[in-house]
Amino acid sequence: MKETKSYLSKTVEELKPSGIRRFFDLAAGMEGVISLGVGEPDFITPWSVREAAILSLEQGYTSYTANAGLMELREEIADYMQKSFGVSYSPQSEIVVTVGASQALDISLRAILDSGDEVIVVEPSFVSYVPLVTLAGGVPVQVQTLKENGFKILPEQLENAITSRTKVIILCSPNNPTGTMLSGDELNAIAKIAERYDLLVLSDEIYAELAYDDEYTSFAAIGEMKKRTILISGFSKGFAMTGWRLGFICAPEEISQAMLKIHQYAMMCAPTMAQFAALEALKTGRSDVEDMKKSYKRRRNYFVQSLNELGLTCHMPGGAFYAFPSIESTGLTSEEFAEKLLLEEKVAVVPGNIFGESGEGHVRCSYATSMELLQEAIKRISHFVKQNPKA
Amino acid sequence: MKLTEKQIEVLEILENNSARIPVEDIAKMAQLSVAETETTLDKLEEMKVLVRFNSVIDWSKVDGHEGVTAMIDVKVAPKRGVGFDEVAQRIYRFKEVRSVYLMSGAYDLSVIIEGRSMNEVARFVSEKLSTLDSVLSTTTHFILKKYKHDGTIFEQNEDDKRIVVSP
Ligand SMILES: Cc1ncc(COP(=O)(O)O)c(C=O)c1O
Repeated sequence: MKETKSYLSKTVEELKPSGIRRFFDLAAGMEGVISLGVGEPDFITPWSVREAAILSLEQGYTSYTANAGLMELREEIADYMQKSFGVSYSPQSEIVVTVGASQALDISLRAILDSGDEVIVVEPSFVSYVPLVTLAGGVPVQVQTLKENGFKILPEQLENAITSRTKVIILCSPNNPTGTMLSGDELNAIAKIAERYDLLVLSDEIYAELAYDDEYTSFAAIGEMKKRTILISGFSKGFAMTGWRLGFICAPEEISQAMLKIHQYAMMCAPTMAQFAALEALKTGRSDVEDMKKSYKRRRNYFVQSLNELGLTCHMPGGAFYAFPSIESTGLTSEEFAEKLLLEEKVAVVPGNIFGESGEGHVRCSYATSMELLQEAIKRISHFVKQNPKA
Repeated sequence: MKLTEKQIEVLEILENNSARIPVEDIAKMAQLSVAETETTLDKLEEMKVLVRFNSVIDWSKVDGHEGVTAMIDVKVAPKRGVGFDEVAQRIYRFKEVRSVYLMSGAYDLSVIIEGRSMNEVARFVSEKLSTLDSVLSTTTHFILKKYKHDGTIFEQNEDDKRIVVSP
């Protein structure tokens, strides 16, 4: 037999493991760590939602659903998209319920990419985009945003990255890891470019519910953009349902149906119990979302101002639950900062370079943590910063 | 569990006076200056909108401080002109009384009493409450265990179940 390793696909072998993994391993087993390293809500799924899932089990709903998801759920999603974001999708043909936004991203890219097609990824970005593009046979083209611009992509940057092979732009607003949210005007400028170069836009709107200062604009709601938008969303973040693994795609019929083909062969359908939970979340969970959002906003205000006072300058993120402060004042690289902070002060954050080169000099801190822990984290970070003034 | 005199004293102060959060932190959370926050707090207090800073304490955990809470359904004969208000007032002035509500339905006033012992509560009901002129009858329910109080769940395992670092 050959060496086992030599059986692996070239693509997979060359894939880098997520940098987050290393920090997870480093922090695992340490006691008393305050974690600002988590990309998920600290709230438990609202009880009414959990209770609906329990009821579905009691009633014996334990079989597959339609491949695209429970019709009732798709109808509720269509209603939600219409009421919250002003875009209408047909529950019959334009909505597919998926196993998290993660699977939605995967099948979107696989449905549209041919080998060598280029995909523009705005950096710093969620860790999955680049590997998923590669796995789908595409070529990721990373465009770096700058902290001077609040990590917003400028139209000319975007335009410069476009080639004849470009097929799609991945946008994520509010963004993981920067928390940056693009305004309607800024999305408009991107829409014009998409139109001019005839590109698709994959809009990851998983954090849409967590927009703190300004009204949220869905990319699909802009002008004629619905026909060139693949909108990805889900229940993980806004509804505090990460473990349920439930997301959805809204896209023009041809694209949705192509994704559905992959989904039906690879996944059959999303978990039934989770679909019943999601249905309840949309029906009755909105006030819980509002309460959680209020709480995140207060913590954001507290946390970001406190970081700024410590000299870890940070723009005010418009959404999601991440602060992305600069740690340059300490003279450390982002990996050094994160590792030392964890070992010396037991505060876990994620180094910014994991989200792309332009994240270097920053760390991602999630403020989805109780106020008490945030206050303690600030104390520890303050102590750390005093120990590490720039050489 | 056994607490020191000092610790219990601190708990009592917290229970009656303040939440732990510093004004500076309130200021940041509300995106106000500290001065503004202080004036706002003062103003709210002055308007009696902010009635009290309260802490919720699970006294059942503290030896010798368990206490007894009872909810008493009271039927009263309302008086002409003053209705239920006069008798309610006579009841709520007792320091043992934590809350008084005028109710619709089977009885008129719901009175919540806290005492150090069952005896103390019993004495209050028989000697003070039921002897009031307009009180027709009382039904006393002792609280056996507090699961949730004023929105706070007691005895909940609220450990963070998340892994330390995640995407
Ligand atoms: C930008 C972004 N997209 C997608 C996901 C994945 O979400 P889900 O749990 O629905 O798979 C995450 C999770 O961290 C994310 O931050």
